[in-house]
Amino acid sequence: MKREAPKSLADYSPLFFPGLMLIVFFVIPFSTMIAVSFFQRDPSGFYTPDFVFTNYARFLSLFFAKVLGFSLMLAVMVAICCVVIAFPFTFLLTRRPRKVQTVWLVCLLSVLSLSEVIIGFAWSTLFSRTAGITNLFVAIGLMKEPVALLPSFWAVLTGMVYQALPYTILVLYPALVRLDPTLLEAARTLGASPVRAFMNVVVPALRNTIVATLIMVFVFALGSYLLPQILGRPSHWTLSVLITDQAIYQSNMPFAAAMAVFLVLMSLALVGLTLLVGRRENAL
Amino acid sequence: MSGLVLKDITKSFGNFKAVDTANLSVPHGKFVCLLGPSGCGKTTLLRMIAGLEDPSSGEILLDGTDITPVPTHKRNLGMVFQSLALFPHLSVGDNIAYPLRIRGASRDEQKKRSDELLKLIHLPGFADRPVAKLSGGQRQRVAIARALALSPKLFLLDEPLSALDAKLREAMQVELRQLQQRLGITTFVVTHDQREAMTMADLVVVMGHGKILQAAPPIEIYRRPADAFVADFIGMTNLLDAEVDRVGRVSVLGQAIPGLTMPEGLTRASVSIRPEDVHLGPVGGDAIAGTVTFVRDLGGTIETFVEAGGKIIVAVATPRERPDVVAGQQVGVTLPAEACVVLKS
Repeated sequence: MKREAPKSLADYSPLFFPGLMLIVFFVIPFSTMIAVSFFQRDPSGFYTPDFVFTNYARFLSLFFAKVLGFSLMLAVMVAICCVVIAFPFTFLLTRRPRKVQTVWLVCLLSVLSLSEVIIGFAWSTLFSRTAGITNLFVAIGLMKEPVALLPSFWAVLTGMVYQALPYTILVLYPALVRLDPTLLEAARTLGASPVRAFMNVVVPALRNTIVATLIMVFVFALGSYLLPQILGRPSHWTLSVLITDQAIYQSNMPFAAAMAVFLVLMSLALVGLTLLVGRRENAL
Repeated sequence: MSGLVLKDITKSFGNFKAVDTANLSVPHGKFVCLLGPSGCGKTTLLRMIAGLEDPSSGEILLDGTDITPVPTHKRNLGMVFQSLALFPHLSVGDNIAYPLRIRGASRDEQKKRSDELLKLIHLPGFADRPVAKLSGGQRQRVAIARALALSPKLFLLDEPLSALDAKLREAMQVELRQLQQRLGITTFVVTHDQREAMTMADLVVVMGHGKILQAAPPIEIYRRPADAFVADFIGMTNLLDAEVDRVGRVSVLGQAIPGLTMPEGLTRASVSIRPEDVHLGPVGGDAIAGTVTFVRDLGGTIETFVEAGGKIIVAVATPRERPDVVAGQQVGVTLPAEACVVLKS
C-alpha cells in the first residue's frame, strides 16, 4: 500500500505532541546550555550574557584532553564488558523454560531500582579491606590477608559494569528471544560445535543489535559521575565528574556548559563513526 | 548390518512418551517417510537420529556402530529444517559452503563445491545473492543443497515442503525423489501428507501415539494396512464391521462375502476396503442393498456415497466406468473378497 503524502496541516497533527515534548524537554534546555557555554563567568555572581570563546579555549589543555580520553576509554570498556558478559548470558537465558526466564528478569529489574549512590556504597563496602570480599578469599585460603581493592580503576569499571548490565540484558533480550533456535541446530548438523555455531551464527545474525547495544551502554556509561568519585582516585574521574564539579561546586556554569557541549559532540561523533563502519561492513 | 537401525528407541518428556520403543531397520540408499498425524512423535524420532534430542533409552546403530553418544556435529549428516534455517547474514553461496568452511576448506574449494551444488539444484549463478531475495521454492533448494554439501551419510528432512503452495510442493516432491535416487543417499523425511509419502518413499513408516504402527513399501501400506489407524490414515477407506457365522462364512452388513476368511479364533473384526475396489451394480444376488445418498463428480473421478445398514460406503470410479447412478437410487454394493483387508477391531 502506498501512503499519500500529508497535505493539510491536520495531517501533521499526530506529530504535534511528540514535537512539543521534544522542544520543551530537549531543544530549549540544550539550546540554553549552548548559549550559556558562550557566556562570561561573573565570579561575584553567576554569569553575564556575552559571546566569548574563553570557556572553550580553557578546555584546550592537556589536562582536559587526558580526562576526555579517559572518559571515552572508560565508557567504551564498560560497553564492551557489558555486551561480552550480557550477550552469552541472555542467549543462555532465552534457552531456559519460560518460568525460569521470568524469575531472572524480575531479579534483574529489581537491580534497576537501586540508585547509583547505593550501588557505589555497596561496592565500596565489598571492596574494602575490613568487610570486603577479600576476607572471604582469606577464609577459603586463597589469600594471606585481606586487602583494599579500592580506590582503583578496576573498582570503577566493576561498579559501572554492574550498573549497566541489567540495561544491556533487557535491550538484548527481545532480539535473542526472537532468534530462530533452528539456526543453531542447523549449524550443528552441518558440523559446527555448539560454541562455534554460537560464534558463527548467533553473533553475526544479531550484529546490528550488538552494535546498537554497545552504543546505548557507551552513552549510558558516559553520563556516570558518582561511581568514579566513590570507587576511584581523582585520576579516574571522568569528564562528567568535572562538569558536576564546575557546575555545582565552582559555580562556573559557562565552563561546565562548554564541557558538556563538547562531550555531547564527541559522543555523537563516536556513535556516527561506529554506524558508518557498521554500514560499510554490511555493504561488503 | 549396514544401514541405519533403531533399537527400542524411547523418548519421554516427563510422563509423556513422545516415542515409544521404536524399532526400525533401513538399508543404505533407501528413501524413508515418517508419516503420521501431528504429535505422533515423528519429528522427535528424526531429531533423535540427528542427535538434536537424546533418546531416553535404546540405541541408534549406523553400519553396526552405536551413534547414540555421538554429538550432532560429528555425525556427518545433512538436515533440512521446517523453517529451512538458512543463515540470514550469509549469501546463498556462503550458506551452501558453510559446512566446508567449518572443516577448513579453502575459499576456492568452497566456491567450487557451492557452484556444483547450485547447478544440481538448478540455480546456477545464484551464489552471490542474499538469502532474503529468494522465493520460497528457491530457498527450499538452497537448504537442500547446503545439507548435501558434504555428501553426508544421512539426509534428514523435517516437513521440508510444508511452506510451499500445493503445485510447487508436488513438483518438489518429484525433484527431491529424483535427486535422492541419483545420489543414492539414505534419506528420512518427516511428513503428515500421505500423498507426499506415497510419491517419494521406498519405505513408509506410519506412526501414531509415539509408536511405529507399520513400516512397509507404500503400495503394501495401501493394500495391506496393519490396523484400522493405518488404513484410515493412508488414503480414503471404508471401515466396516465383519462377523463370522456358525458355518465359518464372513459377512459384512449381513451379507456373506464369498471367499473372505478370518484369522483363527476371531469372531468379530473390521474390514477395510478402498473406495476404488467397491463395485456398484443392480440390486440382488450377493450384493448388499443400499441407497445412493450423494454423488460427487470431480471430473477425473466420481465418488458415490451409498447408505447401507446405517453405514456410508464410498465408491470411487473413473468416468470411463461411470456408474450411472443418481442420489436416491437403490443399488447393489459388491465387495470383492481379494480387496478386503481384515483388521482386528
